[in-house]
Amino acid sequence: MNTNSRNGDIRIGFYICHCGRNIAGVVDCAAVAGEIAKLPGVVVSRDYKYMCSEPGQELIQDDIRERALNRVVVASCSPLLHEHTFRNAIEAGGLNRFFFQMVNIREHDSWVHTDGPAATAKAIALARAAVRRVRLHCALETVRAPIHPDVLVVGGGITGIHAALTLANGGKKVFLVEREPSIGGHMAKFDKTFPTLDCAACILTPKMSAVRAHENIRLWTNSEVVKVEGYVGNYTVTVRRRPRYVNEELCVGCQECIEACVFKEGKFPDEFNVGLSKRKPIYIPFPQAVPQVVLIDRERCLHFKTGKCKRTCVEACADRHAIDFTQKEELVEIKVGNIIVATGFKLFDAGRIPQYGYGRYPNVVTSIELERLVTSSGPTGGDVLLRDGRSPKSVAFILCVGSRDFRTNRWCSRTCCMHSMKLAQLVREHTDAEVTVFYLDIRAPGKGCEEFYDKSLKEGIRFVRGRVAEVTDWALREEEEGKLVIRAEDTLAGVVRRIPVDMIVLAVGMEPQADAQDVRRLFNMSCGTEGWFLEKHPKLAPVSTFTDGVFIAGCCQGPKDIPDSIAQAGAAAAEAMALIDRGFIEQEPNTAYIAEAECSGCKSCIPLCPYKAIGFDEPTRKARINAALCKGCGTCVAACPSGSIRQHLFEDDEIFSEIEGVLTHA
Amino acid sequence: MHDPNWEPRIVAFFCNWCTYTAADLAGVSRLKYAPNVRIVRLMCSGRVDPQFILAALAGGADGVLIGGCHIGDCHYAEGNLKTLRRFRLLKRLLAGFGLEEPRVRLEWISAAEGDKVRCVINEMVEQLRPLGPLAWGQRHGAQGWQAASAAITPEAEAAHA
Repeated sequence: MNTNSRNGDIRIGFYICHCGRNIAGVVDCAAVAGEIAKLPGVVVSRDYKYMCSEPGQELIQDDIRERALNRVVVASCSPLLHEHTFRNAIEAGGLNRFFFQMVNIREHDSWVHTDGPAATAKAIALARAAVRRVRLHCALETVRAPIHPDVLVVGGGITGIHAALTLANGGKKVFLVEREPSIGGHMAKFDKTFPTLDCAACILTPKMSAVRAHENIRLWTNSEVVKVEGYVGNYTVTVRRRPRYVNEELCVGCQECIEACVFKEGKFPDEFNVGLSKRKPIYIPFPQAVPQVVLIDRERCLHFKTGKCKRTCVEACADRHAIDFTQKEELVEIKVGNIIVATGFKLFDAGRIPQYGYGRYPNVVTSIELERLVTSSGPTGGDVLLRDGRSPKSVAFILCVGSRDFRTNRWCSRTCCMHSMKLAQLVREHTDAEVTVFYLDIRAPGKGCEEFYDKSLKEGIRFVRGRVAEVTDWALREEEEGKLVIRAEDTLAGVVRRIPVDMIVLAVGMEPQADAQDVRRLFNMSCGTEGWFLEKHPKLAPVSTFTDGVFIAGCCQGPKDIPDSIAQAGAAAAEAMALIDRGFIEQEPNTAYIAEAECSGCKSCIPLCPYKAIGFDEPTRKARINAALCKGCGTCVAACPSGSIRQHLFEDDEIFSEIEGVLTHA
Repeated sequence: MHDPNWEPRIVAFFCNWCTYTAADLAGVSRLKYAPNVRIVRLMCSGRVDPQFILAALAGGADGVLIGGCHIGDCHYAEGNLKTLRRFRLLKRLLAGFGLEEPRVRLEWISAAEGDKVRCVINEMVEQLRPLGPLAWGQRHGAQGWQAASAAITPEAEAAHA
């Protein structure tokens, strides 16, 4: 510790920010500046409209030079937002960046209180505490640590694919880990994309093959991350690679084994076609799957179930010997510097709204089921058919199923309006059915989306505004016989309608993945109240998380469409690349250290440290902290019985002075 | 009766990653709560030395609030468990000194729970109001503080572990 810096003449500059009206609208900034000016050591005390702006920062820098300041306190927004900005400013002004303390009078004061005098008193108390604290600050150096250049991307949907390709094209080595047997995610199931109606596969599949072919990408499908240790620049990640019972290196994807399987027909629901078709126990997820490698469903395969299978698949594979029933689960450890989490979303379970009859009426389908029906490579070859094989004469879409509903999910899933209108147009293209869309509000804010809505209206798709009350097969009139009847209030006409249709499509919303909480813990991230992963700041750091070196992109952060997901993927890749290319990371020097003269060698701190940063030096019988391993939580500091563990930036006397400061009466 | 204009004063120790962020979120969401709380930021609730709590009480606070990440969610894996262990011991000792139960409070508040910050602070202020000023010094004299500190012995800690 540089003890000299605590002595001598302390010259503090205090600056309170108006933040336009954000702070000044509640807190009397001039009064705070006036009060603080009276405190010992305060040389300048100013209030200014925007402290974080260029002139605001220059104000501080000029004062450092002209008034020989050696401590700076800024009362403005949260330090989580602008501490970095002001530390940089005072460093540029010639001071050590840690001779600075920030007072949060916006998020913690003016924004949460309406009583002006009370808020002003609070601002004064907090500022006084900071002025007392900053006197005790020491000059510190930021610690630099090297950064591992490899990146882990978790999730092989369009977001993960784009992030991996961007990094790989930039020359970085990428590990892409996908839980399913193929990459592609939800987008692989789509026929066309809105608002351009271009073919989804033509956009996605070349990217999928590029992933497979890229020399900088290691693709691990059927795999999951199970453990993450370390910190930004130096993560150690354990990946569980589940067996597919087919050797990925040997299989050429000829699919003759599938042909040869003792099951002559598919018997089990095909996950890719959301159960609309059947597959065998040995299968390839879908024709364009990457990797082009078959896999065996252990739960269904006769060999695994009975041991009495003829193993015709092995015969068919012949001398390639790709089928390997002895494959075992593997745990692989990798080292990476950055992690991009792109784990996506799951679709709302339509069965949770029983009045819409999903699961009860066979011709009530979800939007993703219809998506498979309109796809030419889908189970019906692109024909939109009812369950009995007839072509529907009328199709209705119900929007906001599991979105914007206080009984299920309150958020807007953002894509279902557009997705439904796209499907509505495709249904019109594929059949001569009448199409009616029941909506709450049409949300078409994206580029070209409002125009797409106009096109839908012009093409004769009917729109009825109102939340559907129920779907029933109880016919009251002759034209309702044998049909599904939608009962809904038409809020524009002000009447309750009964509309008979052949097929009903539920536009199911997006939800966080079922295991989002586990994934959050795994990567040390936070979730918002809804369960989406929380970004560090919605505008300043939209793809960063509170854990440095862990980035989020795509729908795991919140519902979004394909262009937005890809944009985030690129942003996350750029953030990772910026860290890698700088070559080092700067760590906050808030580590703990031992005042050796006072350490009694009781060892009570050693088991407290979750990072094993504290060791014991036998010759001197003193505890020793490895600063490289210490993460700066301060738990050992609080526990040391002799008070001989200290923490930079959070020294005991600094905190005591803060406590005194907030409690001193004006 | 105490001064009718008296307002309870709370010192809060919030961890950087969850509760401090939640308090920021309360601000960003423009939730309104009582202005009686002064927040001190620490990296982890595990950094809360029991002496900080005693210093706040001795220094004129009427209540102390500690906020950390939920159990299992600690940014530093298990700092909050250490906080909990210490807190329970301290609470028993403070009860022995006649300190009313609501004056010292530990809450797990995640970064998403801005509204919980509002609720907890408002509730605590309302609970402290009928109790009146703590005036720790007047209750125990000059010796009160030292006696409280001395009571935290390794034996007492072991008995509670």
